[in-house]
Amino acid sequence: MDGTTINAKGFEDTKTGEQKIRNFNINFGPQHPAAHGVLRLVLELDGEIVERCDPHIGLLHRGTEKLMESRTYLQNLPYFDRLDYVAPMNQEHAWCLAIERLTGTEVPRRASLIRVLYSEIGRILSHLLNVTTQAMDVGALTPPLWGFEEREKLMVFYERACGARLHAAYFRPGGVHQDLPPELIDDIEAWSHEFPNVLDDIDGLLTENRIFKQRNADIGVVTEEEIQDWGFSGVMVRGSGLAWDLRRAQPYECYDEFEFQIPVGKNGDCYDRYLVRMAEMRESVKIIRQAIEKLRAEPGDILARGKVTPPTRSDMKTSMEALIHHFKLYTEGFHVPAGEVYAAVEAPKGEFGVYLVADGSNKPYRAKLRAPGYLHLQAMDHVASGHQLADVAAIIGTMDIVFGEVDR
Amino acid sequence: MSEALNDLGAHLESKRPDCVTGWEVAFGELTVTVTPEAIPGVVELLKTDPTCRFSTLIDITAVDYPGREKRFDMVYHFLSMYQNQRIRIRAEVREDEMVPSIIEIHPSSNWFEREVFDMFGIIFTGHPDLRRILTDYGFRGFPLRKDFPTTGYTEVRFDEVQKRVVYEPVKLVQEYRQFDFMSPWEGAQYVLPGDDKAGDAGAKG
Repeated sequence: MDGTTINAKGFEDTKTGEQKIRNFNINFGPQHPAAHGVLRLVLELDGEIVERCDPHIGLLHRGTEKLMESRTYLQNLPYFDRLDYVAPMNQEHAWCLAIERLTGTEVPRRASLIRVLYSEIGRILSHLLNVTTQAMDVGALTPPLWGFEEREKLMVFYERACGARLHAAYFRPGGVHQDLPPELIDDIEAWSHEFPNVLDDIDGLLTENRIFKQRNADIGVVTEEEIQDWGFSGVMVRGSGLAWDLRRAQPYECYDEFEFQIPVGKNGDCYDRYLVRMAEMRESVKIIRQAIEKLRAEPGDILARGKVTPPTRSDMKTSMEALIHHFKLYTEGFHVPAGEVYAAVEAPKGEFGVYLVADGSNKPYRAKLRAPGYLHLQAMDHVASGHQLADVAAIIGTMDIVFGEVDR
Repeated sequence: MSEALNDLGAHLESKRPDCVTGWEVAFGELTVTVTPEAIPGVVELLKTDPTCRFSTLIDITAVDYPGREKRFDMVYHFLSMYQNQRIRIRAEVREDEMVPSIIEIHPSSNWFEREVFDMFGIIFTGHPDLRRILTDYGFRGFPLRKDFPTTGYTEVRFDEVQKRVVYEPVKLVQEYRQFDFMSPWEGAQYVLPGDDKAGDAGAKG
């Protein structure tokens, strides 16, 4: 301002022009390392304070729901690995539960235990990634290096069970694809005894770290009312003191026979959510150990043999009907009776649900995927307003946003 | 569990007989059918009524039935963390009909309604910011309608000459194939290629 323009106040000097400061709009992302993928946030800043935050999502939209309508139920299963690609099997679980509810399939107990075991491995996979990369967003470089080492070990367990490190396609309607070899179970147990030490190490790096605390404590506080208004689930709820966990409240699979605690936070800020995630990993380790013990005592089949599952390999080689069934299952696919069902699981990030409308054919008529991250990100404007720009990264981090599931 | 759901269904019907057109319990889930204009009223009741307390909105979506006169089903899912119950609200909507937004009652419906608008083209009255959400900027059409092709209408590529991304009509080297593998003995509704006698059999039967 050169002081020559007439302003609204009717007088002019060099200072009044300068004092009229416009809010500043910036783009956070789509290629920002702290945006955890392809998030574009349009931020309106007043100095360093966030006034408005408008997330633009959909940059990773692949039209999963549309694609699912033209594929058979079994062909749709791998799409679920690609939603929350940090913990793939938990998503598959919801899809299998929905189909099993509609077809009335009973899952054999051993398969059920394997599902619990791998769901908990998935939870640790997700929490490890989240806790450590969130720490990186607020300035710590070592935790991700330590955490990813453990993730690597867990992905080897994935690989040894199903052949793929990430895109597992291991949970199938009616059970799981293949049985676990005993050596794998031994190795998972050995790992479950080492892992708490690694957690202690990460704990020692972060929990009492002054910078980490300053960046997270009292940031992004979520109250009980906000949880209800914004439809939060998972750690976002538990961090604020509500002991809401679908594994306990509406038990699916055989979670009701496992002993575990539900950690809750007190203040509902980013720091409490971090603490809850750390505690949940320890609980998951407990569940894994119990599942291993039960698995050893429970030999048996891992698929409910019937219309929705393939026959055993040996049956296929000896029985013509079994061979025909196998061929028809993998070409035509199985038919699911007409009806609609909503199946939800406690995924690491919150409540992941599938609303499935079946019309009696071999393809879903409509499938809606309910991703927890979608609602968490939606509340970004509400939670981040009034915070500093630097806190935005911390908040996105503890909301645990993964774009595979948000954009679908 | 289903007894409680039956009670809940009857309770809702007695409270709002003019709005609730029916309810059923199937697969352990309660579905209440309402008229579209009654949605905000029923949702408000669900949230405030002490026997319901469905204070968490889980999901809003739509289902397209092109053959029906009222083309769309609006489907709402609610959860009560206090009563540990779920409920599904369904309303049939015509293609030219507008649905009242429930954003005043549940702020979390914002993005869900934007998504339904984006995917199905259903317009919500009273929504403050009904933009597209998941599809590209400037996208046209409503992808999750059954008459929208899976391939879409446009494709994008980076043009070396213009040095920018250009949109072009979809060009496929071969027709997009829909495999269905339905057994011709049970359920397939089409004539198999080369099956010349299929028409005769249909005429007889």
